[in-house]
Amino acid sequence: MIQVVAPLLFTVLLFVLWEAVCRIFKLPLTILPAPSEVFGSLWQFRVPIYDNALVTLWTTIAGFLIATVFGLLLGIFVGWHRTVYSALYPVMVGFNSIPKVAVVPVLILWFGLGEVPAIITAFLISFFPIVVNVATGLATTEPELEDVLRALGASRLDVMRKVGIPRSMPYFFGSLKVAITLAFVGAVVSETVGANKGLGKLMLDAQSAFQVSIVFAGLLVLAVLGIVLYAITALIEKRFTRWAFRGQHR
Amino acid sequence: MSALVSLQSVSMVYGRGADAVRAIEDVTLDIAKGEFIAVVGPSGCGKSSLMKLISGLHLPSEGRLTIEGRPVTGPLKSVGMAFQNSNLLPWRNAINNVLLPLEIVQPHRSRIRSERAQYRAQALKLLESVGLAGFAEKHPWELSGGMQQRASICRALIHEPEILMLDEPFGALDAFTREELWCTLRDIQQQRKVTVMLVTHDLREAVFLADTVYVMSNRPGRIVMRREVGLPRPRDLEVTYTPEFQSIVHDLRACIGGRH
Repeated sequence: MIQVVAPLLFTVLLFVLWEAVCRIFKLPLTILPAPSEVFGSLWQFRVPIYDNALVTLWTTIAGFLIATVFGLLLGIFVGWHRTVYSALYPVMVGFNSIPKVAVVPVLILWFGLGEVPAIITAFLISFFPIVVNVATGLATTEPELEDVLRALGASRLDVMRKVGIPRSMPYFFGSLKVAITLAFVGAVVSETVGANKGLGKLMLDAQSAFQVSIVFAGLLVLAVLGIVLYAITALIEKRFTRWAFRGQHR
Repeated sequence: MSALVSLQSVSMVYGRGADAVRAIEDVTLDIAKGEFIAVVGPSGCGKSSLMKLISGLHLPSEGRLTIEGRPVTGPLKSVGMAFQNSNLLPWRNAINNVLLPLEIVQPHRSRIRSERAQYRAQALKLLESVGLAGFAEKHPWELSGGMQQRASICRALIHEPEILMLDEPFGALDAFTREELWCTLRDIQQQRKVTVMLVTHDLREAVFLADTVYVMSNRPGRIVMRREVGLPRPRDLEVTYTPEFQSIVHDLRACIGGRH
């Protein structure tokens, strides 16, 4: 009970505080609109916000799913052998260090304005944590367990299938929580740089028209969607790797 | 009794060149079929290396190692292993952990899908024989340390290996549980006539269980003493309090040396 009530209470408190600050200091609408304003705009522009949110949601999930499949495969490949690990790791870290905002114009150049650059950005930004986690899970397999299986004549593939991959699953599902939020960030960033639809685009347009309360309404929707996506992946994680959560109530 | 495993002047080196570590030097020993041997010695004396050698995970650098008369060239499927850490897979329950080797070793590997029920019955029987009858569906974290170790030994035995290799299997257990497991292991060995190689720090454990005890020296490991335990079988825990038992333990202890 307290686990549901406490975060709700805190969120409400935050909004009340925000409202109070806006009213006491009489902040202009173009600087920081009060929550009442924001919710007002949210209701007023619910149709375009909903339409654009759907686009963002779909590009996020598409990018995330590609990242999941690709990240899992690359992670297994990287974790397969120490040599592959050390050969690929620096390149991947380098690639991950490139701000993805800088890549978006190139993607737009290649694929035009639309959903594709957003999907690719979401993918690019979110696959890295998945790869690292899966590879780490594989690399930390107990050597004794490997001995047990190898002494039975198990091939490298057998050891991977029976031990390495199941063992790295908690790492994998854990990384999905990080990846989904990153994918979301990637999709919105891409839309902000250039797109014809999506919440990022909507917020950009609203900003240039000084409709700041719509910008905040967009932010609010982003936050809520982020929480929902995170919760879904967290649920999937718990479901599939129950053994790793054994300390907690099952 | 014919020699199942035979080592003649076997040495083993880890690494190459200047970094090379000599783990085992000039070891000669025979293990007869059905014999229970124990290898004791100080930490880091290469006892575990000896195990890797005999299981075929490492090849000897010098000397000759044969099993059933044939030189060892790679991992032997006829070996079962258990370690100090039970190494059970946490996502599998006890019985599925026990079944793991059958998913690897032929001919079981290709049969296990179609004849799962039969194999399960076999695993259940094995679990029963070590006193885990009601725990087959439990996951490792629901088992005590001693139970985990019992399950781990079952896993090492399920494919009916020629040789059972145990690397300090009871090292992490409390004294009472350990003695209980000694008796379990004693009974298993008696029923199955399996050849056992037990690596241990515990001299009482070695003398209680083994037919022959080998003492290894500090690195590089050499065999400094071979002692046959003449105590009649079946042995009862009571035997550990007899003067004969004590005197063998005492001899072994003297041989290992170190400061007192």
